[in-house]
Amino acid sequence: MKKLINDPRRVVEEAVAGFEAAHGDLVTVSHDPIYIARKDAPREGKVALVSGGGSGHEPLHGGFVGFGMLDAAVPGPVFTSPTPDPILAATKAVDGGAGVLHIVKNYTGDVLNFETAADLAAADGIDVQTVIVDDDVAVKDSLYTAGRRGVAGTVLVEKIAGAAAERGDDLASVAAIATRVNSVTRSMGVALTPCVVPHAGEPSFTLADDEIEIGIGIHGEPGRERIKIEPADAIVDRILAPIVDDLPFASGDRVLLFVNGLGGTPQVELYIVFRRAAEALAERGITVSRTLVGNFVTSLEMQGMSITVMRLDDELEQLWDAPVQTAALRWGR
Amino acid sequence: MTLDTAWAVRWIRASAAVISEHRVELITLDRDIGDGDHGENLDRGFSAVLPKLDDLAGDATPADALKLVATTLISTVGGAAGPLYGTAYLKAAGAITGQAELDGAAIVALLTAARDGVVLRGKAAPGDKTMVDAWTPAVDAASAAQSHGSDEAGILDAAATAAEDGARATEPLVAHKGRASYLGERAIGHRDPGAQSSALLLRAAADAATGS
Repeated sequence: MKKLINDPRRVVEEAVAGFEAAHGDLVTVSHDPIYIARKDAPREGKVALVSGGGSGHEPLHGGFVGFGMLDAAVPGPVFTSPTPDPILAATKAVDGGAGVLHIVKNYTGDVLNFETAADLAAADGIDVQTVIVDDDVAVKDSLYTAGRRGVAGTVLVEKIAGAAAERGDDLASVAAIATRVNSVTRSMGVALTPCVVPHAGEPSFTLADDEIEIGIGIHGEPGRERIKIEPADAIVDRILAPIVDDLPFASGDRVLLFVNGLGGTPQVELYIVFRRAAEALAERGITVSRTLVGNFVTSLEMQGMSITVMRLDDELEQLWDAPVQTAALRWGR
Repeated sequence: MTLDTAWAVRWIRASAAVISEHRVELITLDRDIGDGDHGENLDRGFSAVLPKLDDLAGDATPADALKLVATTLISTVGGAAGPLYGTAYLKAAGAITGQAELDGAAIVALLTAARDGVVLRGKAAPGDKTMVDAWTPAVDAASAAQSHGSDEAGILDAAATAAEDGARATEPLVAHKGRASYLGERAIGHRDPGAQSSALLLRAAADAATGS
């Protein structure tokens, strides 16, 4: 295994220090405890957005800190949730008196640590609400699992809720918008290769040369099934169908189509995927009116991608188009 | 013989030792059905508690010692285990606040509160293949032992034995909570790492009560 690291135990510290050096115009970084905050936080009277989770999914979440999106991001160790301490510290640092929204991917560790931090923040008199993102259709949502996982749709929740907070919505309204985005967003991914967690030093699972995992989670957790590799169009059709059927999306809908790379797949392949996904949506009478293509929610160096479809309405479109200025998303400003 | 702060400190030291000793076993169990960090994370947490024990005041109660464990685990463990164990120790401390000597009823109250804390935070039920599958039989056995007149050490021994049986009994189960739940039937045949660490910690409590 070859990686551009110095010490597997210092991966997060060194990466965060580099992020600070590169994006000091947008963010300030606290090193103990570790969190990344918007440079001009706290903003008096603005609802603050805080997200976080294990590292290894960059640019999620630090790359989305800035105007029109997150006020703070809390990176944990690679693939491990941060503890409540840094979440609490970040929450306090960015609270501008209008309350704080925690945006949490539905993984047990993330949910429990953010919940504990929210309890502690509430005890300190900070108004905290939490939105759990669970857009992954690969996992059955039932009483008998931890529920659907939060994956690439998290970016859309952070962008749109961030725009709502920026226009001056109160905490309940920002939380409601975030919940609404989650409710109209569906995702599913596929892995072509596993990834290697730096301190583990070996792949977290194995795939034969000609195998792919359909419905992969963003830490390499198993999905729906393991199959032989197929042409890109066939793979797209295989994962798009459960996404579209799940909401369901219907003819006449306007959607945002998001093709997300998992870290090790080149852009050229992501566009091949996008081409077929857009075509398949058109065949169903669904109009793609907004798009996003690139590596936004990654799984270290895993080869693969996920497709996310969000049903749009006028308000969600406006909030998506609103200005944003972060390390990984920037337009209109 | 009632149990005092010295027992609580012996329990915490024995916990750190047993988790360190079983670190690789817990990592392996977790790698099979989770993400493989349980042994590493718990070892880091209990190692962080040890130096703080020296700072306990001379008049510290057992509850003070358990609260120290709670806050340290919450801030150092991460993953799901940090909040779950942190809440367990916090609630356990709450159940025995102000008591310098713990009798059988206090021990049962401590264990019950710890179990309730795990359930409150994790929302798991018995049979979900989680820590609850060690804690619930432990609480039941402790309660039964107390009503049959066992002393404090006997109550803790009954709890530890039931927790060990409970951890073993998670092997044939499908997981309904946590990352293992994504595996469906592929989790069958693997012992739950959280139930296993719970059994180790309860055995440490029993050992600390007999002085061994």
